[in-house]
Amino acid sequence: MIVETGHYALVLALALALVNSVLPIWGSVTGDRRLMAVAPSVALMGFGLVAYAFFALTYAHVASDFSLANVVENSHSAKPLIYKISGVWGNHEGSMLLWVLVLALFAAAVALFSSSMPDDLRANVLAVQSWIASAFLLFILLTSNPFARLANAPAEGNDLNPLLQDPGLAIHPPLLYLGYVGLSITYSFAAAALISGRIDAVFARFVRPWTLLAWICLTLGIAMGSYWAYYTLGWGGFWFWDPVENASLMPWLAATALLHCTAVMEKREALKIWTIFLAILAFSLSLIGTFLVRSGVLTSVHAFASDPQRGIFILLILVVFIGGSLALFAWRAGGLKQGGLFAPVSREGALVLNNLLLTTCCATVFIGTLYPLALEALTGEKISVGPPFFNLTFAPLFAPLFVLMPIGQNLAWKRGDFFGAAQRLIVAIGAGLIAMLALAAWRGGPVVSVVLSGLAIYVIVGSFADLGRRLFVGGGATAIMGAGQRALRLPRQAFGTAFAHAGLGVTLLGLAATGWGAEKITALRPGDEVEIGPYQLTFESVQPRAGPNFAERIGRTAIRSSGVLIATIEPSTRFYPARKMNRSEAGIATIGLGQVYMSIADVAANGSVNARVFWKPLVSLIWIGALIMAFGGCLSLSDRGFRIGVARRAAKAAASSPQPAE
Amino acid sequence: MLWVIFAILTGFAVLSILWPLAKTPRGVSRGASDIAFYKSQLAGIERDAVQGLMTPEDAQGASAEAARRLMALAEPPLERSVAGAGRAVRFASIAVLIFVPALALGLYSVIGDPARPDLPLAARNEASPARMDLMAAVAKIEAHIAQNPDDGRAYEVLAPVYLRMGRGNDAAQAYAAALRLLGQTPERLALYGEALIYAANGAVTEEARKIFEAAAKDPSLAKPRFFLGLAAAQDGDLLRARDIWERLLAEAPDNPPWAQALRERMAAMPGAPAAAQNESAARDAPAVEGGSGAKANLAAKIQAMPEAERSSAIRGMVDALAARLAQNGQDVDGWLRLVRAYAVLREPDKARAALVDAKRNLANDATAIGRIEALGRELGLEG
Repeated sequence: MIVETGHYALVLALALALVNSVLPIWGSVTGDRRLMAVAPSVALMGFGLVAYAFFALTYAHVASDFSLANVVENSHSAKPLIYKISGVWGNHEGSMLLWVLVLALFAAAVALFSSSMPDDLRANVLAVQSWIASAFLLFILLTSNPFARLANAPAEGNDLNPLLQDPGLAIHPPLLYLGYVGLSITYSFAAAALISGRIDAVFARFVRPWTLLAWICLTLGIAMGSYWAYYTLGWGGFWFWDPVENASLMPWLAATALLHCTAVMEKREALKIWTIFLAILAFSLSLIGTFLVRSGVLTSVHAFASDPQRGIFILLILVVFIGGSLALFAWRAGGLKQGGLFAPVSREGALVLNNLLLTTCCATVFIGTLYPLALEALTGEKISVGPPFFNLTFAPLFAPLFVLMPIGQNLAWKRGDFFGAAQRLIVAIGAGLIAMLALAAWRGGPVVSVVLSGLAIYVIVGSFADLGRRLFVGGGATAIMGAGQRALRLPRQAFGTAFAHAGLGVTLLGLAATGWGAEKITALRPGDEVEIGPYQLTFESVQPRAGPNFAERIGRTAIRSSGVLIATIEPSTRFYPARKMNRSEAGIATIGLGQVYMSIADVAANGSVNARVFWKPLVSLIWIGALIMAFGGCLSLSDRGFRIGVARRAAKAAASSPQPAE
Repeated sequence: MLWVIFAILTGFAVLSILWPLAKTPRGVSRGASDIAFYKSQLAGIERDAVQGLMTPEDAQGASAEAARRLMALAEPPLERSVAGAGRAVRFASIAVLIFVPALALGLYSVIGDPARPDLPLAARNEASPARMDLMAAVAKIEAHIAQNPDDGRAYEVLAPVYLRMGRGNDAAQAYAAALRLLGQTPERLALYGEALIYAANGAVTEEARKIFEAAAKDPSLAKPRFFLGLAAAQDGDLLRARDIWERLLAEAPDNPPWAQALRERMAAMPGAPAAAQNESAARDAPAVEGGSGAKANLAAKIQAMPEAERSSAIRGMVDALAARLAQNGQDVDGWLRLVRAYAVLREPDKARAALVDAKRNLANDATAIGRIEALGRELGLEG
């Protein structure tokens, strides 16, 4: 009964989404505030219904209800509980349901936390959100229904793809979807602003927190996915320029650009067209990513199901939403009023440059991802655009971004002084140069690593230069005394910016350090020793071990540093009988900020294995950097200027005082 | 109960729309929100200036800009007259009241399955202790195999259980392991082949056929010979299938239990003994067995006719096909059908003649010639 009520709730959610697609817009066009007031109430109800449907599917997975095709195909009664739950979205149908759940969640959040938003803006935003929800609910119900039942329930399910049986699945997709789908809100804001024709600083003020929220989730989601790939795929790599990874990177680049752009728009009412365009672009790229992953155009771990009908449906959604919004954009863009003016060298100018570089990066990734597909579709020729292409195109575009980032932070609004800003960065530049020289002398190694490390240090120090200047105004002892007080008064946004930028620098440092790593591929027998970087590894034994739904062979390996045992790792190969699949699990020991990474394969009867052993200095900084970026985002989000309910009090004050407008 | 819950859910959904429509709206108008925003911006600038976070000149410029925008705000549009709005609200309410339940129930009745209860595993296990024993036994053997992957006997015990549970693929893999570990015997091969057929949803795959051919070297085994007959029947070669099965029945020692079932199967075959065959039935043999499709219906109809009538009906169709091919000889499939039909009608001379005609007509199409010749070989008409 739970299953069928869940199914019905999903159908009902579609009916509500369709209603909410029409009534609020009708209200905003005719100025009827009752019709507009429908939007938040229905958005909350819709979220409740989708959440119930999601609960029902989760229940079916947990209870191993094999009368559902979805459960049969992706679950197994012996699977551990956590994978029974995460398996709900570890498949095509369930992940689409999660997508819609997040969509509904964001709509509900807007409904709850935006009582200060102008009625018509909120009504239009929620209506556009409902269009998207309607399209995806239709897609789910007509082509990928997770509630499809089987006439004869089999006794046992087929189990989940072992690659997905990992705690990563519990976190990575929900986070990524919060980011991906969170961008739907910025899209809805842009479309709503275009419909009402009101594109101004107020719009930017309300769209900013949502963009930031989506960006934080996307950052964490991508980092999480990258770490997951790192420890389960066993290649020791963390980013493969795989099209599916690129599909998440493109919205991130666009969202990052958008984030910076809305700052300009709120402060100066400039860059309106560009902001709207980026808001549309960011979500369009999310949709394209969904299309790439879900349609089966790409085959990878992520392509759970390939079905041409689904592909066409998503393509249709893509065309309608991207085409429709661009048409709206073309219709309104001409009538936009000129915003605030600024000189080329100014905070605004720097942000424009940042936007240009980020969107160019985004375009590069886009071409690199889609060109092979297009070529294959047109000529049947298969080419592969791999890491060399991206490393050669992406890196030169991103490098100037790193150089300019601290400078932009130190430029004044409207009209800045480039040399002044550079002067303020003298400490950062010095730190970077010293780091470079020190590393060159101490470690030597590849020039690229040395240069990029220096750049990273410059970025990290430079990110705090502006903050430091504002805290220690004037210099001298009194300035230091007053710094604490000033720190409390400074908007948290300033700290947020500094941390987010520094986080990027930290990630860059982790990336740069890969050049000093070491890699060995070797056959090992129990008792063998292997040197990697500064450590000695002893491959002690191969032992069988039984997991809940797999059997594994673990290769116990001791790590010693000049004879002293510092860690023991257990890389393993696992066999999942239900799917007859093998999977490796890397053994990782984090030593300082670096990691010793080992994966084994082809365990022979006499205990010999093929092993890949890596020493990766500072590698954990890659993900720590992402965490710092997200932390910076959270700091900014908690700033009063960002707080979602912020203008509520102010609006109430305005409404209570006798204003001519009310 | 289910429908009561549906009704409650629908009620809540409709209410979530009607409630705000009935209430007096209490939102923030555009004007109020705009004013609040610029005022807070001005206040922010002032705060920053006081705290020394902004130079006085910058603060002055910024606040002048914000103030200019505040003053430039357009007058908010006047609210529509209540009467006009009221009509829209009434219309919307009625539309929603009809649309939401109609769409939800309509769509659900198409895609939903209200009669099917939840079927959690725990409840199913409680319902049949025998099943639980089976599951427990399977789990035990699986665990044993995980520890002793070289125990072929365990695979042999597990495989038939998998088959009973409908897990054809698993059964086939288990038998394959048993074959590998315990060595090939005709019995084991036959069981493996049978599991392969289960795994392929009843189709005798090429792989399975080869296995049965190997297993059939022991003529005392009925299973491989039965499945070889089935393979022939699925290929459309009913003559051969009948031949294999007839010999199997004749050589069976003393009326084994499966004989009756096999006889019934043979009797149900299109063109049972003495009856003439017809081309479409021969071609659609598997479809007739499955009992679907227009052709199958036609075949069934012909099957139902009295003997003489049936014979003439079939002959009429074959003659019509021959006449059509005489007019236009470029139809490979037509020729294939005609040759097969003559073979089934036990008229080998006509079949051979049709083969020659076909080759002449399709002389410049190498693949077609290949197919025709292959059929000739298959039916033993060559030479």
